[in-house]
Amino acid sequence: MADPMRIRAQASGGNVTVRVLMAHEMETGQRKDASGKVIPAWFIQEVSAALNGKAVLTAEWGPAVSKNPFMQFTVKGAKAGDKIAITWKDNHGDTRTDEATVS
Amino acid sequence: MRKTTLCAVLALAATAAGPQAWAQKSTADGIAEYREMLQDGNPAELFEAKGEDLWKQKRGPKAASLERCDLGRGPGVVKGAFVELPRYFADTGRVQDLESRLLTCMETLQGLNAAEIARTPFGKGEQKNLEGLVAWIAAESRGMKLNLPQSHAQERQMYEVGKRVFYLRGGTHDFACASCHGADGKRIRLQDLPNLTRNPGAGAGFGAWPAYRVSSGELWGMQRRLNDCFRQQRFPYPGYASDVTIALGVFMGVNGKGSVSTAPAIKR
Amino acid sequence: MAHNRSQALQGPRARWLDRWLPALGVVSSLAVFGCASIDGGAEADRMAAAVVQSSFRDQGIAKVDRLQQDESNRECSAADVAGKPIAAQSAARIEAASLKTVRWPADGKFLGDWREGEKIAQNGRGMTWTDKAGAPNGGNCYNCHQITKQEISFGTLGPSLYQYGKLRGVTDPASAQAKPIVDYTWAKIWNARASNACSSMPRFGHSGILNEGQVRHVMALLLDPQSPVNR
Repeated sequence: MADPMRIRAQASGGNVTVRVLMAHEMETGQRKDASGKVIPAWFIQEVSAALNGKAVLTAEWGPAVSKNPFMQFTVKGAKAGDKIAITWKDNHGDTRTDEATVS
Repeated sequence: MRKTTLCAVLALAATAAGPQAWAQKSTADGIAEYREMLQDGNPAELFEAKGEDLWKQKRGPKAASLERCDLGRGPGVVKGAFVELPRYFADTGRVQDLESRLLTCMETLQGLNAAEIARTPFGKGEQKNLEGLVAWIAAESRGMKLNLPQSHAQERQMYEVGKRVFYLRGGTHDFACASCHGADGKRIRLQDLPNLTRNPGAGAGFGAWPAYRVSSGELWGMQRRLNDCFRQQRFPYPGYASDVTIALGVFMGVNGKGSVSTAPAIKR
Repeated sequence: MAHNRSQALQGPRARWLDRWLPALGVVSSLAVFGCASIDGGAEADRMAAAVVQSSFRDQGIAKVDRLQQDESNRECSAADVAGKPIAAQSAARIEAASLKTVRWPADGKFLGDWREGEKIAQNGRGMTWTDKAGAPNGGNCYNCHQITKQEISFGTLGPSLYQYGKLRGVTDPASAQAKPIVDYTWAKIWNARASNACSSMPRFGHSGILNEGQVRHVMALLLDPQSPVNR
């Protein structure tokens, strides 16, 4: 199981700003190791976010996104106490979901 | 078909944004803007989370946590400890920096082998765990002012030793630490160099490590940072947590007294 | 907040201090620690030498004998620790001795190919413990100097070398008129201490970082009228 994400969700006005830091190698598949062998691609392909169980965001990622990626987005109409869940899926078929409460 | 109530998405890809891209504005401005974009969502936080877990986890042959480790403010006191290191410790009778002190605690409290951890290459085995520990311990002092003690004779002696090491010209290229870090307003290629002999450079430099290095996606502690400095100086290899590294920490930290610690920071 | 007491402050002495310390203030702590003193001199030098000796080890091509300082490094380091410039007499002695170490080109050919010189100036490799023995080294010049106009990634540890030859009136590097500058520049690259006793610049020829052929190429980068430095 991969390392947990760090999620911060802050309400301000009628919006919530969500900031997510994900722990992932995001290997492009272009790099070679010291012996010259290609390091296999290993990166997040899909990210989704849900507000109180309802999907509010999906994103398709690829090898251009860096290691330990950071993502920020704003959700209209959310408020303190709401639950934000972030899920990622990678090209190995691994997945991880973490949750945070809007403050 | 999914309905989204999304306003904006910012996916920050921290791939190399070369200086050529910023040629229109001044190069320094462009780099400052790039760095500011990186501040938010510092991946060092991932290491801080790991470090906090490791501090509390029962590990090693003695199956004990590090929660009784004395980092200088008493057993288990982590808040404020980072900005007072290196300092003298009566139980070991010597001046120690954070990583040296963690080795002491990992050995005496947990029964792990300090010498073996010191021999382990950076980024491997227990050295990986040290990355998390130093990130978290530093974070617990974030925003506090550097305040290394100089009340003990050995602390003062180590400052004098650190000063001499700082100015020691040697290696094939006759470099000393001072060659790069001994004056204001200098840079190597496009990398600004803090003057480590006094504030604000000393505080900005010393108080920024441990740091997450975007270019390699790694968390570097002060020991690793000093190690790579010596490598580029064409010096031989400094022992992990050896006295020469601790002395330099005393020199820089005392010079940086009063500066606010930003560790763990984010670096190119 | 309670402080840990060092061994000097135990027993009857401690009780006396407890009584009088508030009145005596800082002066008393200086008196107590007077013997384990903060005098920077020879004692600190000895301690530093011992620390350096015990802390470093060989790694790859970087051996601990690299830390043996020659006379000029010893004197220049000591001057920096003291915060004073090196004595004029010592400086003159070091400069004269350094000039003697300069090996002039055997065939009298001072300039090579500026294109190769630019490559050497851009190349920062060599002599670290991750480098291989016998591999050619770079000059690393852009780390410290501006050189061509096109290269914006340059350091400021050394002066700008842009227009180096042009500013010194070198239109024909082979002429008798240009010889003093050509000689000065060669010596500077070979052993910078020949003209500046405590120069921050590595002694490229003297320390075996660059060979004669490489130095010629760097000379051309700086002095060839066709080099982008001078156009």
